[in-house]
Amino acid sequence: MSEAISEAGAFRQIGTRPIRPDGLDKVTGRANFGADFSLPGMLHGRFLRSPHAHARIRSIDITAALAVPGVKAIVTGKDFPDVAPGDIEGGEGGGDYHDMAVNVMARDKVLYHGHAVAAVAATSTRAAEEAVRLIEVEYEPLPVLLDIDSAMAPDAPLLHDHLYTEGLPEKPARPSNVAQVMESTRGDIEAGFAEADVIIERTYLTPTVHQGYIEPHACLARWGQDEQSTVWCSTQGSFDVRSMTARVLDMSISRLKVIPTEIGGGFGGKTTVYLEPVAILLSRKSGRPVKLVMTREEVFRASGPASASKIKLKIGAKKDGRLTAMSAWLAYEAGAFKGSPMVPGVMCVFAPYDVPAFKAVGYDVLVNKPKVAAYRAPGAPQALFATESAMDELARVLNMDPIELRLKNAVRDGSQASYGPKFNAIGMEACLQAAREHPNYKRPLGPNQGRGVAVGFWFNVGMQSSAEIHINEDGTATVIEGNPDIGGSRASMALMAAEELGIPYQDVRVLVADTEAAGFTNVTGGSRVTFATGMAVIEAARDIISQLKARAAALWNVDVEMVDWVDGKVVARPGVNVEADPLTLADIAGQAAKTGGPLLGRASLNARGAGPSFSVNLCDVEVDPDTGKVDVISYTAIQDAGKAIHPSYVEGQMQGGAVQGIGWALNEEYIFSAEGIMENAGFLDYRIPVASDLPMIDTQIIEIANPGHPYGVRGVGETPIVAPLAAVANAVNAATGLQMTELPMSPPRILAALEAAKG
Amino acid sequence: MDSFAFQAPTSLDAAVALLAEQRQASVRTQILAGGTDMIVQMRSVDRAPRMIVDIKRIPETRSIQLGEDGLILGSAVAGAELSARDDVAAIYPGLVEAADLIGSTQIQGRASVGGNLCNASPAGDTIPALIANSAICQIAGPGGWRELAVEDFVVGVGRNALEPGEFLVALRLPAAQPRSADAYLRFIPRTEMDIAVASAGVRVALDENGVCTAARVAIGAVAVTALLVPEAAEALIGTRLDDAACAAAAAASSAAARPISDKRGTETYRRQVVGVLTRRAAVIARDRALGGQA
Ligand SMILES: Cc1cc2nc3c(=O)[nH]c(=O)nc-3n(C[C@H](O)[C@H](O)[C@H](O)COP(=O)(O)OP(=O)(O)OC[C@H]3O[C@@H](n4cnc5c(N)ncnc54)[C@H](O)[C@@H]3O)c2cc1C
Repeated sequence: MSEAISEAGAFRQIGTRPIRPDGLDKVTGRANFGADFSLPGMLHGRFLRSPHAHARIRSIDITAALAVPGVKAIVTGKDFPDVAPGDIEGGEGGGDYHDMAVNVMARDKVLYHGHAVAAVAATSTRAAEEAVRLIEVEYEPLPVLLDIDSAMAPDAPLLHDHLYTEGLPEKPARPSNVAQVMESTRGDIEAGFAEADVIIERTYLTPTVHQGYIEPHACLARWGQDEQSTVWCSTQGSFDVRSMTARVLDMSISRLKVIPTEIGGGFGGKTTVYLEPVAILLSRKSGRPVKLVMTREEVFRASGPASASKIKLKIGAKKDGRLTAMSAWLAYEAGAFKGSPMVPGVMCVFAPYDVPAFKAVGYDVLVNKPKVAAYRAPGAPQALFATESAMDELARVLNMDPIELRLKNAVRDGSQASYGPKFNAIGMEACLQAAREHPNYKRPLGPNQGRGVAVGFWFNVGMQSSAEIHINEDGTATVIEGNPDIGGSRASMALMAAEELGIPYQDVRVLVADTEAAGFTNVTGGSRVTFATGMAVIEAARDIISQLKARAAALWNVDVEMVDWVDGKVVARPGVNVEADPLTLADIAGQAAKTGGPLLGRASLNARGAGPSFSVNLCDVEVDPDTGKVDVISYTAIQDAGKAIHPSYVEGQMQGGAVQGIGWALNEEYIFSAEGIMENAGFLDYRIPVASDLPMIDTQIIEIANPGHPYGVRGVGETPIVAPLAAVANAVNAATGLQMTELPMSPPRILAALEAAKG
Repeated sequence: MDSFAFQAPTSLDAAVALLAEQRQASVRTQILAGGTDMIVQMRSVDRAPRMIVDIKRIPETRSIQLGEDGLILGSAVAGAELSARDDVAAIYPGLVEAADLIGSTQIQGRASVGGNLCNASPAGDTIPALIANSAICQIAGPGGWRELAVEDFVVGVGRNALEPGEFLVALRLPAAQPRSADAYLRFIPRTEMDIAVASAGVRVALDENGVCTAARVAIGAVAVTALLVPEAAEALIGTRLDDAACAAAAAASSAAARPISDKRGTETYRRQVVGVLTRRAAVIARDRALGGQA
């Protein structure tokens, strides 16, 4: 199913599946992750965290804690500088620098259970924990808001006294828990609904969920007396950690070096800072290196989960299935500080469809929960859970095949996207057609089984990237780049460099360098690395090739116009009459000294032309009518990758996203007590799927080349989590005759719905 | 974890003497079997110092004796050792399955039935299976040897009937009647690595005509301790374990349950599902007993 780009047939290595360069270290346990680094004299830090979900801090007394033997430093909010407000740039989640600083360490108020109140560094974890117990804090508890409805109520207590809703025609008179309102409209929706033969209208709810990366946040910080600090940490963006930490501590970026370690998953959750500024401050106070490692419980309580949402959706259609109008009211929980992914939610809720009239209004709502962070395609899974559930219901009401209905309304090349631009070279239709033809769409179903279909979508981004390629004396190469490798990107970079330079994949090493060794590079996020950093690697390789051509021309004493790069060699054009045997990279590297010195290629860019990625997922489930348990018996992910550089890692993204989405659909949720304390802060009761829960996820890669990339690449990392929520719900509905509108569809919720349906 | 003392006696007498001595000296002691509950608890909830007495070197705690009088299962036998015994699984398939549900392959290398019972979690998987099999605890202590039915051994959440200085040596299961079998089922939202939301163990014996002559039904995770449900057994005895009888047993289990609502399930849900599990376990036990006849 590959729509070849002009030179696709000519690829020698792109599209092959070599072993990833970091693979052996990772499977043998030799790879070093965030918590694996130690330094002589290093101290261990622990946090005191708020026992209240909302309270004023009256006083903090650290006297007794400081007296514990082995305690070398304690920091509280008073030790941190005031940070001016300002939108966070470059990261993946939304938010504000002032809020980030206050999230790292509470000042006058705690805003969620687990909010950091103080941190201790001591010669042992034991001593640090003892000191944490002895810190005395006087709190004045405040009312706790845990859901959208109570936070949006007109007389709701406020999280922040000075937060005024943005996005309204004029500044409101009173502060609110709604940080932002956004509206997006086109056409006349009243007329659209009036014209409809069928209208589906429902409210959909999704809970707070966590990315569930296996590696907890961890860092090691060393402050030097020369005021230079070094941080080793597990992050998706070392340059982001650098700028954010510098901002929180009011220090110059030049004083901070961030060394990214191997990373054990992030999914958007490691695009901000929690530990790094605290570790540096403790190191400065104690004069010793300080290591901070979160426990799993702290990860759940005090990192950045994904927004709970409430979405009211209405769609209208003619009898033949043509959509006439769509409207959505979308509220996303931001947690304790503004910056939920409401904006992308509003932008993508109708993105897969060509509908003449729509209106979406979004709300960014503050509640007393940890501040949300990005989670794969932030905002889209919630939005498309609503849209794709409603589309499925529409298909059922119209008695139409769900893929047929979607094909009828699908956006195609030239459609005006609901979020603005005109689509060009997109794969929505191709994915739907592939789904319709897929054997898994035709498999017969047994009793209590049902099939669901849903579409996924994500914008994808470009942003800034740098790459350098250093050629060794023997013609092998080192690629230096700055994106922590989360999903096999070293392999993709090596493939692209090898393809361009005409050398074997095995001869390319890829270094993920620190902030002083790599050129500035934005976060590993937004599905941008293979696209944008890959583009930088290709350009850096092309930089080398142009140098090779110049050097060969000089050796042959001909004009550079008279040489070409063909099949990994510099060749003389016809008409050149000196003796000019073709020269490979190795030939020229071996004569580097004679031809102008070391070979070094580089590129830096702000990548434009990111291509959106569509997907279609098929899900078959069996529902136990007596217990409400859902077993996924078959799952198929079909997605447009533009060009799959390393197909195994594209499939891995599709499978991983499907698994996370299925977990979100079936069992994952933060369960809070009335006081706002999370009751299931561990993997025993926060139920991500285990391997034996799921069948092998079938994948089919569609390749509609992205014209914005030299090889046609489009991002693939986020789209995979978007479709599963509705795909699973639609399958459950098909199996049971229910209409599930609230996640997770845990066994008790399904059994209750089945009982209610019996009457 | 704070510092602690460690001893591993190699005989029953030595263990009894050591425990008596520690009790005399008012030293806090704790028995170590596989450690899959205890070490986790020592790292998270209870770090206070203590003397740890490892019982795994005492032969009686590690042996499996299957004879005419029934089964004597050493308290510290690991799940993997038990699963390897096909002869035991042929007679007590439900108990072996219950033990095998605990944790993962790694956990199975250590986790014991005795530890699962002594830990006394309301959701402990082997407890209903033991009760269904009329298992008796064999206890050694300063006062000598005593026996106690499993249903009387667990007295509360995390609390058992052992007196200071006592420990569980083995579990004794009476010999199986002809045409009898057991079954154990638990409900979890996943397939493994989870804690029972509700569970049921059933043992039935049939006569030549397939009529149930004896039955025991026990349910777990629906009260502070696993419960023996005589009403459910009565619903089965005298029937051919047809749909109506199994449904009556299910209703009896649901009625006997005293569940709570928590993060793992609502009260209504647990009550309902414990009935479903009772019914399904009764059917499996019946089919096994009938199969044994053929
Ligand atoms: C990852 C994981 C998954 C698990 N999954 C399950 C599961 O699915 N189902 C389930 O029921 N449990 C599960 N458990 C809990 C645990 O593994 C079981 O309860 C196991 O059977 C305990 O046996 P053990 O030999 O390891 O006991 P230990 O940890 O050695 O002992 C448990 C307790 O009993 C006491 N004790 C042990 N033996 C004796 C004795 N002979 N006399 C007196 N006191 C004694 C100990 O002092 C301790 O308090 C799981 C644990 C882990 C870590």
